[in-house]
Amino acid sequence: MSREKRDPLARRKERHVQPGARSRAMHAMAARAAMGRFVLQGCVDCGAVTYPPRDVCPRCWGELRWADHGRGARVLSVTTIRVSTDLYFRGQLPWRMGTVALDAGPVALAHLHAGLTAGDQAEMRLMLDRGGNAALFALPAGKEPDMSDRQWREFVVPVKDCTILVSDARGAIGRALVQALHAAGAGHIVAGLAPPARIADLSDSLLGMERVQPIPLDLTDPVMVAECISKIPGPLDIVINTARLVRGGGVSADGNLVEQRRMLDVAVLGLMRLVQASAPLLQGRPSAAFVDILSAQALAGDAAFAGYAAGEAARHALLQSFRHEMRATGVRVLSVFTGPSDDEDHQSVPPPKVAPARLAREIITALETGREVSCVGDVAVDAMDRWLADPALYIRERNL
Amino acid sequence: MTRARTPYDGVVLCAPVTVPYQRYSDQTAHWWAGRAMRCLAESTGLGPADIDGFCFASFSAMPDTAVGLVQHLGLSPRWLDHIPTGGASGIMALRRAARAVQCGDADIIACVAADTNHLDSFRHTLAAFSRFSQDAVYPYGFGGPNATFALITDVYMRAYGVTRDDFGKLCVAQRRNARSNPLALQRGELTLDDYLRARPISDPVHLFDCVMPCAGAEAFIVTTPEIAARYGLGAARVLATIERHNAYLDDAVQLRGGWAMDAESLWAMAGVAPADVDTLQAYDDYPVIVAMQLEDLGFCAKGRAAEFIRATRFEIDGDLPLNTNGGQLSLGQAGAAGGFQNVTEGLRQVLRQPLGAQVPDADIAAISGFGLVNYDRGVCTAAAIIEACR
Repeated sequence: MSREKRDPLARRKERHVQPGARSRAMHAMAARAAMGRFVLQGCVDCGAVTYPPRDVCPRCWGELRWADHGRGARVLSVTTIRVSTDLYFRGQLPWRMGTVALDAGPVALAHLHAGLTAGDQAEMRLMLDRGGNAALFALPAGKEPDMSDRQWREFVVPVKDCTILVSDARGAIGRALVQALHAAGAGHIVAGLAPPARIADLSDSLLGMERVQPIPLDLTDPVMVAECISKIPGPLDIVINTARLVRGGGVSADGNLVEQRRMLDVAVLGLMRLVQASAPLLQGRPSAAFVDILSAQALAGDAAFAGYAAGEAARHALLQSFRHEMRATGVRVLSVFTGPSDDEDHQSVPPPKVAPARLAREIITALETGREVSCVGDVAVDAMDRWLADPALYIRERNL
Repeated sequence: MTRARTPYDGVVLCAPVTVPYQRYSDQTAHWWAGRAMRCLAESTGLGPADIDGFCFASFSAMPDTAVGLVQHLGLSPRWLDHIPTGGASGIMALRRAARAVQCGDADIIACVAADTNHLDSFRHTLAAFSRFSQDAVYPYGFGGPNATFALITDVYMRAYGVTRDDFGKLCVAQRRNARSNPLALQRGELTLDDYLRARPISDPVHLFDCVMPCAGAEAFIVTTPEIAARYGLGAARVLATIERHNAYLDDAVQLRGGWAMDAESLWAMAGVAPADVDTLQAYDDYPVIVAMQLEDLGFCAKGRAAEFIRATRFEIDGDLPLNTNGGQLSLGQAGAAGGFQNVTEGLRQVLRQPLGAQVPDADIAAISGFGLVNYDRGVCTAAAIIEACR
């Protein structure tokens, strides 16, 4: 079963991340980059578009606002850096970067995809680097990035050949995910199955696929979590937390407290158990991620699912802190927001609902584009838009 | 814009001082500044009480500014300035001090640049150099100024047909000039072949295009001709100066510097032409910037640097003696002192007090400065023409 033989006394390769100090304006850019947007500051008064981020318009001293812009650019000059004083980049040399003229106006320095040279048309992506800060990456115009591009791989989490733990592979989402990861070429998929084991598991063709390892896993049981992690052969690259217990109920009424307690144990403490067991493994990997699926209820819950929303909101908060803890290690923490999924948990919820296969596809996309925050399906997209626009109003509207 | 500029009457520069550089130093910028003051005292006879103006430039005196230095050095000046413009700081110090002395705000101004270089201080200086650098330059490979100038050099070479051989000729000539300067940290022979075969640092910048960070200090005195005479100091007058910041801000890549905006004013005020200059002390952190200065200051037409370099000898006994102390490419770059050594060397040559070989019959020096890569280009440019008082 062992995928990698390693000398236990060998010195581990230390993982560094890009230098981290940034201005407040640059952090604002990163917050938008986290959602996959390509944004620049534009002047409210004169319309001038500016970069690097400033606190005032350099043309008229007017107010700047972030807005989405076209991704086109032209490469003006290129260099290959062969010497650096920084620990992270010293481990990455040689490194190609260049000057690009953005179609939106400003000139920017950018990381370059292999093959781009001066004069080429490029398509810009606003990425997060390993330290979680915004970075411009130029791709050849009209082409998909090559997942084997050495520099591009520093900004994304390739799924191919990775070892991936799916914490609950029994539910519809987990099953769809195992299927999709397998199809995407994952090297080894550890599929968590909450006990009790079922006779049907033995004949389940999904769990019987090559490169899939079923394993008992219940996030409410710390011993089982530790045992599961210890049984994963070779290094662990990605953890995807699909475990969830969805039960309705309000605060003052209809909340079965036995159910509610179990739900919060899976959602909140279960996440912490999984994180504490897996984070030390992820930190040693060149390209690691922890993915959690969150209900859009995390942003503002509705009264009919009060306990569930509370658990999702708690997880949302835990993920912020976990992400902060992982900044120095380069491990990416991805939040995938979704609306009600089309499964047994949401039988009484009207459409639109998210098909588990779609959610699985979008999780792989989030990994392979390095997107920290994704919203899958109309419900989640609508919730995030309204929450970003006016959180106080959105909370009221959810509970009218 | 067309107002006539007031000549720098009643002002002279004197007492150029260089504290011998060291590759690494465990001393502080304050110590280096103190050594510069001591050297000034030894060469002039001036003491702390005589100096009533102080101008300071440094990257490594944190948390102190010129204010902290004044108390550290026991000065009680009635005029104080702090110049944070690195490679342009010497000329800016000179022109500010000159006006202060001319107007009677001060009589004897010590202009001092001092920087130390601890084992790991260059990395720290780079990491916290400027907000734009932190946000939008260093995260892109952390190549330091090498990468920024590589991007400029790449475009410049393609735009104007300048080759590595041309840059190499400048570097080789400067190294020849350094060979007579006992204070240059790099004095070994450098051939064009060595230059061309050096290892790449950030393409197309190679090893001998780069300056070596080091510790050091430079200083000079700005005062009146009468005071200079009283102390028996050789003196030079200021014929003209210019400075410009963030010039041509719409140029996508820096192919010209602020000198081009102001060169006409410089030569008109000086009353001399480039051909009258006996030596040029150009800012040389990367030969592409030297080539740019040759064009933008009018030593040749824009886009003609390649021809000019091929047709000119830059050695001390050549057609246009360039960076006669070896420049920072041979001396080392002692932080802000790198923006003062062009002033002290130009002054030494016209005063006929060279560290190494003397430019024959040198009377007029052109001095040029370039500083502060805040984002994708050097922001500050400055130049001065000085002439010996004979």
